[in-house]
Amino acid sequence: MADALKVPTMAEMFAAGKKPEVLFWVGCAGSFDDRAKKITKAFVKILNKANISFAVLGTEESCTGDPAKRAGNEFLFQMQAVSNIEVLNAYEIKKIVTACPHCFNTIKNEYPGLGGAYEVVHHTQFLKELLNEGRISMEGGTFKGKRITFHDPCYLGRANGVYEAPRELIQKLDAELVEMKNCKQKGLCCGAGGAQMFKEPEKGNKDVNIERTEQALETTPDIIAAGCPFCNTMMTDGVKNKEKESEIAVMDIAELIATAEDL
Amino acid sequence: MQYLPNILFVAILVIGIGFFVKNLGKLRRNILLGKEVDVNNNKPTRWRNMALIALGQSKMVVRPIAGLLHIIVYLGFIIINIEVLEIIIDGIFGTHRIFAGLGPVYDFLIASFEILAVLVIVAVVVFWVRRNIIRLSRFFKPEMKGWPKKDGNLILYIEFVLMLLFLTMNAADYSLQQMNAEHYLQAGSFPVSQYISELFGSLSLPNLILLERTAWWLHIVGILFFLNYLYYSKHLHILLAFPNTYYGKLGPKGQFKNLEAVTKEVKLMLDPDADPFAAPSEDTEDPSKFGASDVMDLNWVQLLNAYTCTECGRCTNECPANQTGKKLSPRKIMMDTRDRLEEVGKVLDANKGEFKEDGKQLLDDYITREELWACTSCNACVEACPVSIDPLSIIMDMRQYLVMEQSAAPSDLNNMMGNIENNGAPWPFNQMDRLNWSKES
Repeated sequence: MADALKVPTMAEMFAAGKKPEVLFWVGCAGSFDDRAKKITKAFVKILNKANISFAVLGTEESCTGDPAKRAGNEFLFQMQAVSNIEVLNAYEIKKIVTACPHCFNTIKNEYPGLGGAYEVVHHTQFLKELLNEGRISMEGGTFKGKRITFHDPCYLGRANGVYEAPRELIQKLDAELVEMKNCKQKGLCCGAGGAQMFKEPEKGNKDVNIERTEQALETTPDIIAAGCPFCNTMMTDGVKNKEKESEIAVMDIAELIATAEDL
Repeated sequence: MQYLPNILFVAILVIGIGFFVKNLGKLRRNILLGKEVDVNNNKPTRWRNMALIALGQSKMVVRPIAGLLHIIVYLGFIIINIEVLEIIIDGIFGTHRIFAGLGPVYDFLIASFEILAVLVIVAVVVFWVRRNIIRLSRFFKPEMKGWPKKDGNLILYIEFVLMLLFLTMNAADYSLQQMNAEHYLQAGSFPVSQYISELFGSLSLPNLILLERTAWWLHIVGILFFLNYLYYSKHLHILLAFPNTYYGKLGPKGQFKNLEAVTKEVKLMLDPDADPFAAPSEDTEDPSKFGASDVMDLNWVQLLNAYTCTECGRCTNECPANQTGKKLSPRKIMMDTRDRLEEVGKVLDANKGEFKEDGKQLLDDYITREELWACTSCNACVEACPVSIDPLSIIMDMRQYLVMEQSAAPSDLNNMMGNIENNGAPWPFNQMDRLNWSKES
């Protein structure tokens, strides 16, 4: 890696009297999970290369409360939400981008009722915007002709109706987008949502991520693309379970683009 | 004595409709046991949803075969019911085919009823084959054993018989018209039953009249029976699909409601000016129960959902937990809610409208914790429902009860929540390390 990442914090920006164009909400997975941190960095590399004025909250960021709410702990969720909203409002944040569909859904849909109204976009939507405005360019090169299947994260797709932005980006890479038998509105969950990520699954005859991985493998992909750090983990585990990790990569859309741009 | 049939008819009609109206009252009372919920917003969108989803069947056709068959039966029943209006008028006033004066329009109407009746019979037979010969897996989940399975078939039998009676009535009528029988005026066009009438060639005039009258009476009595059957059946959806799609969830599916009672408490806790030792003011209400352990804790739209469910199983079919062998079935969540609500209704009936503890509740006695914790909140069930039922909201309300009232979350989740509380992440990492990734290569 040639250059160190430039990751300004809101506190630094504020002290310098500057306001970023957008706040990058990193999320817990993006901050702490080793696999997800790579997604975070890939996204930052794209932002850096395009000279996008952004900032992160850094140590002032805290869990949005999504897993607590979905686990049934409304109190903990609202404590998290109200504290986060105080920080966001203090910095007069207008626009937020995040690579986590759970953070995206929670901040976009559940924060406004608690006093936090922002324009919230998923990183695939944001990248799409940048591309449309000509602020980033993409060349297929690396992925030309590769078969890529996209796994719809529930909280991006069904929950918020975002299906096209990630797919358009994949197509911009000159890759061959192949769809699983369950996609878009009918996309099958990876098994992590609703706080399942943090517990053992109930007794059954299969794990959800294995079922979904099998659907993905049916498309004989070179790459399984994801747009959510939790889906990424679940699909990576699924591919390992099928002993296909040497042939099939599980990659976030941001990683695809960063790789294509040789960042 | 010549008015005896008229009197008999009016009596049957009054009893049939009266009993149905009485049950509708019970239905309304049971649904309103649910909590208040604000669904008076966005009326234009709500009307639009009802028009598209219920009237326009837009979500039925997601599965093209079942969708097409369903549209046939649905249209058949709505349109053929114009005939019921004529039967009722004839029955009350002793007339025969009172709308015959419409002439060619009448011919057209009767002809289309007949063709629809045949299509309905075909669709009903295919539905029966799917349930009993092909045995589609979604009709054979554990919750479908016993009454639900019988109910599904009974509806098909009743519809089959009603259509057959309608065609028999027309066929006999047609034969009588050909014989210039008294009282049987020449009216209507019978593209289907004219062929059935050939079977009746050997019947004498009195026997034909007997056949026609029998089919006529059985048809209308059958329809009144079917009307009353609805309340005891999954078939209630033919009425409730309309209000249910009207009151269905608006806005993004991922948006779960924020509990207002909690918001007040949280704001107070985080307000630096609040006096923590202040005595509660006079008008402070008792703290409400969080989440749901029984049907009365759900809101009335969720209870309406339960009565609307027609147990088609599209939700369960799409559920990732169910697909991988877990106990959770969103359809069972709805069926359990209705069964428990009916049980509560019976307790009310037995105690002059007052609820007395019956030692049971929705949680554990109907819906187990294992089912609730298997949900990934992926919204596949909500998306799949053709009549805007939201099983996920019930699951979430019941989880809320388990966690907030009973602290009964699985231990892994307690760890996760403990981490969020202590260090702002679901894992045990220090919040001060949140930006470390930016310095790692």
